[in-house]
Order: sequence, then C-alpha cells, then structure tokens
Amino acid sequence: MSYIPTRELAEGGIITRAGNSVEYKTGDWRTEKPVWVEENCIHCLFCWIYCPDDAVLIDTSGEKTRMTGFNYDHCKGCGICAHHCPPAAKGKAAIVMVRDEK
Amino acid sequence: MAVNLQTLSKRENLLAGGHRACAGCTGANILKQVMLTAGPDTVVGNATGCMEVVTTIFPYTAWKVPFIHTAFENAAATISGAETAFRALKKRGELPVAREKIHFIAFGGDGGTYDIGLQSLSGAMERGHNMLYVCYDNEAYMNTGIQRSGATPLGAHTSTTPVGSVHKGKEQHRKDLTSIMVAHNIPYVAQTTPFHWRDLQQKVEKALSVDGPAFLNILMPCTVGWGFDPAIGMELAKVAVETNFWPLFEVENGRYRLTYKPKEPRTPIAEWLKPQRRFQHVFRPGNEHILEELQQKVDDDFARLLRLCEATAD
Amino acid sequence: MEQRYVGLTGNEAVATAFKQARPHVASAFPITPQTEMMHKYAEFVANGEVDTEMILVESEHSAMSAAVGAAAAGARTMTATSSAGFALMWEVVYIAASLRLPIGMAMVNRALSGNINIHCDHSDAMGGRDSGWIQFYCENAQEAYDHGLMCWRIGEHPDVRLPVMVNYDGFIISHTAESLHILDDDDAWRFVGPKRQDVGYTLLDVENPVTVGPLDLTDYYFEHKVAEMAAHERAPRVIDAVYREYGELTGRVYAPVERYRLDDAELVIVVLGSTAGTAKEVVDAYREQGVKVGLLKIRLFRPFPAEAVAAALAGRKAVGVMDRSASFGGLGGPVFTEVRSALYRRPDAPPVHDWIYGLGGRDCDTTQIASLIDQLRDVAAGKELDTVNLLGVRL
Repeated sequence: MSYIPTRELAEGGIITRAGNSVEYKTGDWRTEKPVWVEENCIHCLFCWIYCPDDAVLIDTSGEKTRMTGFNYDHCKGCGICAHHCPPAAKGKAAIVMVRDEK
Repeated sequence: MAVNLQTLSKRENLLAGGHRACAGCTGANILKQVMLTAGPDTVVGNATGCMEVVTTIFPYTAWKVPFIHTAFENAAATISGAETAFRALKKRGELPVAREKIHFIAFGGDGGTYDIGLQSLSGAMERGHNMLYVCYDNEAYMNTGIQRSGATPLGAHTSTTPVGSVHKGKEQHRKDLTSIMVAHNIPYVAQTTPFHWRDLQQKVEKALSVDGPAFLNILMPCTVGWGFDPAIGMELAKVAVETNFWPLFEVENGRYRLTYKPKEPRTPIAEWLKPQRRFQHVFRPGNEHILEELQQKVDDDFARLLRLCEATAD
Repeated sequence: MEQRYVGLTGNEAVATAFKQARPHVASAFPITPQTEMMHKYAEFVANGEVDTEMILVESEHSAMSAAVGAAAAGARTMTATSSAGFALMWEVVYIAASLRLPIGMAMVNRALSGNINIHCDHSDAMGGRDSGWIQFYCENAQEAYDHGLMCWRIGEHPDVRLPVMVNYDGFIISHTAESLHILDDDDAWRFVGPKRQDVGYTLLDVENPVTVGPLDLTDYYFEHKVAEMAAHERAPRVIDAVYREYGELTGRVYAPVERYRLDDAELVIVVLGSTAGTAKEVVDAYREQGVKVGLLKIRLFRPFPAEAVAAALAGRKAVGVMDRSASFGGLGGPVFTEVRSALYRRPDAPPVHDWIYGLGGRDCDTTQIASLIDQLRDVAAGKELDTVNLLGVRL
C-alpha cells in the first residue's frame, strides 16, 4: 500500500477516518472458513453476537433481522459462529467450517 | 430491561471489522458488545494492550466513536479528564456538538487494570467521575507475550511463570479486583462474560445509567495465551461461570446479587482447566495439589460470595 | 492600560494569571514547592472567582494523564508540578506534546532526588527538555505572571498547538513576595481570549469521531515526529508576535533572550531564572570598576533561540554559562551544551566555559558570581581553565 503523504498527516498523529479499518482485509488470515447453509438457519443471530470481527452479515431492513451470510474480507475463520450454531446440535448445522482453499 | 438479539441487531456495530485481533479473540467481541449498548455518543479510552493495539494501527482505526489512548496505566485518569472537560464545557455552553449526555468508558486489560493501572483506576473511582471502567480480564499480560499478571490464576503457565522441573506455573492466587472495586463504594460493580450476552448487555445498561463511577470485570478467554482452539473461546467463558470460577454477580450500592446461579452441583474446575494448554501440567502426576488448591479456592470464594449476597440483601 | 501594582509570591502570581485565563479544567497533585500555587488556585475556585473544574488526582502521572484527556476533549487545561512529580509524569509529558495539546503548566523548579531535596535547581525541567514542550524560564514573579498569561496564546495558536511549561525557581520565586504589575481580570481575559474550538481536534465531537494516540509502526512514527518538530520551527514567530502584542498592552516587552549591558561587553555571563537577578547586581558592580561585563539571560529555552544566543555571544572575549543542573557524564550542563552548539563553527565564537552551580538550592550569592567573573577575566587574558567548573560547593 502507498503511504499517506507526510504533509497530509493529521496533526497530533490522530486518525480522522472513523472505522476505516474496514479497508484492511484480514480474510487472508483464514485456514478454515464458515459456509452458510441457508436452509438450516433459524436466524437466531448467535453467530452475529459472538463474532469478534463484524464478519456476519445481517439484514435489518425487515421487521425481523435475518442472517444473510459472511463478510469474507474480514472473517478470520475462528469457528466461534459454527461452534454456537444451535441447529448443529440436531445435525442440521447452518454454519459449517470448511478448509479455505486460496 | 428486555433485551434480545433482535433488538440488539438493530443497533450499529461501532467496532468495525478489519481490526487485527487474533482469530477468535473474545476481547474484540467484548468491545463490540459493550458498544452495542453504549451507542455512538460515547468517548472511549483504552489502556495500552491488546485491544488498543489491534484496533488502532495507524492509519487504520476500528473505532466509530471518539477514542483516546495515552499510556498503559492511565486509562482511568485519561478518561476522567475527558469526562471533566465535558462537564466543564457543558457548564459554559461550549460543547462542540449539543449533547445532554455522553458516555465515558475506559477499557483496560487485566494488566492495565489489576496491576499497573490500579492506582489511577482507584483515584478515578474515588473522585466519583461519571464514567464506566471495563476490564477485559484475560489473566495475563497478553500483548507483550503472555506474562503473568495479578489476575493470573494459581498454577497457570505463563512466559514469566513457566512450568519447569522446579516450578510449576504461578505460585500465587489471583487478586480479587472486583472486591477492591466494591470497596470503593461506587454505585455499580459487576462481573460478566461475552458468552452471557444478555447478562452483559443488562450490566452495561445499568452501569451507564448510574450517576457516578461503575466498574465491569469481564472474563476474556484468550486463545493464544490460554492455549485453546479459537472456536471454543465463548464456550470457555460459559464453563468458567458454570464452575463458579467466574460468578456472574452485581453489587449495587453495596448490595450483592447473583445474576445467574449455576445448577448444583457446580461443574468441577477441572472441566474448565482441561481445554487450556496453560493448565495441562495440572493433570500430570505430582501436580494434584494444584488442582485441589484451585478447586478449594473457587469453592471458598463462591461460598463467601453467597454469604455476602445474603448479608447485604434487604 | 491600567494595571494594579500588588505584592504577590511567584506562586500567587502564576495562580492569578492562570485564573485570569479561565481554564476549563485544572488537574494537579501537590508537591513542594508548587503546593501554594494550587492552594491559591483552589481558593479562587472555592470563592467563585473562577469556575475551573478541579481534578484533584492521586498522583502526578494521573495529573498529566487527566490533563491530556481534558485537553483532548477541547478544554483549556492547566497543571502544575515540580521535581519528582515531573519525573513521575515524564512519559505522559511527551505524549501531551506529541498529541499537540496546548496544556499550560506551572513548573516550580526543584532538584530531582536522590538524595531528596526540596529546593531549587533546574534538574527537573531540564530532564524534560527533549519532550516537545515550549519552555520558558522566568526571572521573577512579574515574568512568571506575564508568561502565565501569554502561555495560552502561544500554546493554543493554530500554528503551534503545543503544551507550554512556565518555569520559575522553587522557593526563590515561588515563595518570595515581590512587587509586580498585574492586569485587571477583564483586560487579561481580553488578551488571552477564549479557547478556540475551531483549532485542533476534540473527543467531544461525537459526530466526527477521531482516534487519538494510535499505534505507529516503523512506517509512520518518524513522520509524526517530524511534524512535531515543524511546530517548534513555527513557534518562535508566534512567540515574537505574542510578546509584541503583550508588550504594547502592558509596556513589558519580552524577547526570547534578554541582553543586559551586553553591547560593548567583553565578558558575558549566560544564565536562566532567578540567578539572573543576582548576577545583574554583580555585573553592575564590576561595571563600576570599569570591567566590560554583561549578561545574557535566556528566557525561551525550547525552542532554543540559537541564532539570538549566537549573535549575542559572537566576538566576546570570554563567556561563562551558568547551569543549575548537571548532566552526569556529559561535557557540561544542558545550557552550556546548547550555547556551545549554537556557536559552533562561527569564526567569531568566543571561549565558553561552564559553571555548575546552585544544585539542591545551594544559594548562589554575589561572591560566587564575582569569582565567576574573575575567572572569565583570566580566560580573556589567555589563562587555561577547565571547560566545566563548579561554583559554590565545598570540595
């Protein structure tokens, strides 16, 4: 990546662009990735609340928020989401961890 | 305070993705969860440590609220200054943007809170600033390479208390910081974990609603420092509560109350220790005394907590 | 402009100046000999003469930390300390400057421990000379008061945005009652003015969130430091302008250095702080005897006015620098080092010698300074002398 020109650096070394870490892709850290099995999903949102990386995509436009998939730019493949997916207990996991082929 | 994941999902996640916490970092999750309730009118301070480092590597920041980091031991002091400035500027009608209330939250790891940061935390709490201090307790100085802290449990292998042929991990029990905070007579003190998201949200809500200082101690299982598969970080937080190692309770104006009582008999501490590499030596022959001591301490502390709940109930 | 002629100690004078600047927040911890400054300030607040919010912190490290938090939230912020208190806050002192926060600090100079000593020397402030703060040394209560007003205009200027340290000698200035002129509250406020909210950043603008104090890796730290250096390069112009404006207002025109009987001087004493007052007496006495001696008082130590110092000392026959702090293992004290550096390679650079004096509050009297001048005369006459000398100590 190219450097911010020195004359454009904010005084005091501060960062003025809130949340710009989204531009930094941590997805290539993965060795495994979560795959969403939509037909099994009960939209409980456990995956969303437990994700450390804002990598679970949700649609809040409707009355009921629904899970819609994963943000693979930032998902680090930790597997917490899959581990806590409730339907998995009945053998119908809505999230399955698979080897991430790069 | 009915809170469910549906209502929470409507709130903005104020910790953007792209931060560089480890895969499965429950600490990053703690930050996100606290901010879901705190909301955008919040000024966050953070002690030097994992969370501060991974969320603010120049020129990137994951924070979508105003954020300040200065040094390791002074998150509480720094935020107390910002909180005071808010009151001073508001008094003179000089706020940059009109706000009746802004939340002031200082985050610190157990390093920056139990140990090096204890003094400035104590001072800020005693002075009565309208602020919340959240300690994410992963039981060692993780950012600098997993050195022991005052929060490290007895027997834990850390890089400065390694398990060798003569010494078997940390030789002191951990400090009871939550009790120290209760002793400051602040309006609200509580313990919670990121697994228990409803408990956490309710406690953040309460902490932010009191007039004066509040303190939350949040257990933060650390995949690298404790040595476990990243996928089970939240699970370990759950088991820590089920074993009574990390009781979920709150103290409101000196009144103790359990917010969750694990089913009896409580889970043996061994179940919590087993998945963690930092405790694997505890299960080798000759180290039984460590397990016994740990179990005894957990049981004694929990019994004491129950007595305090009873003694302070009205 | 009408001013009041009053009798105040240095501490009271600075407290008064700070009060007149109406800081939003004060964050301080007591330490001798700063204490009476904050006592006075606390009285002002208790009596409603100023509405500053006081953060009575539990240590100096927290004093500077809370000051940084407050200043980062846009508040005009004051603090005060001495000696070990400054040493304790040292890491945050650097942070305050690098975050470009115009905090105003009264530094009541006192010796650093060990052994513990509560009296005046400059080892405390000199220990922070690299910290990025603008640093003034005041000779008396008048200068301390005046700089206690000017520091806000200087530090908060959009081209500067740096914290300012107003040094004055512990006990000698801080506790001695002197006569001085002070401005009326309204006149002082008109000069200092309110803190401009359109300069710098603030944590309290929740609609435009900023991240303050991020981690710099090897790819940006250096550039950020260079930006900080640039502020110090811009500061002298701002200081000159503020000095001029204040001078027109009060009749007291300051400059980064003060030239005392320097024009035809062959021998020059270079000194900071209260000792200048004593030294001027001795200079006058020697002048009566026909000795061409003068004095250069350095008022602005950071940014160091190298050109003004070099210009003032060029072509002299002998220069004696007085250092009220030592740099152990170094070739001379800090003032000596800066002065020699400023003169380096000038074809008309004079011989410069150092005198370490007054450590731990050791009184520096006219006899000592007389002996210094006598040694300067020897140097001017071609005699050999140690580069670094001691003054007023039992050997």
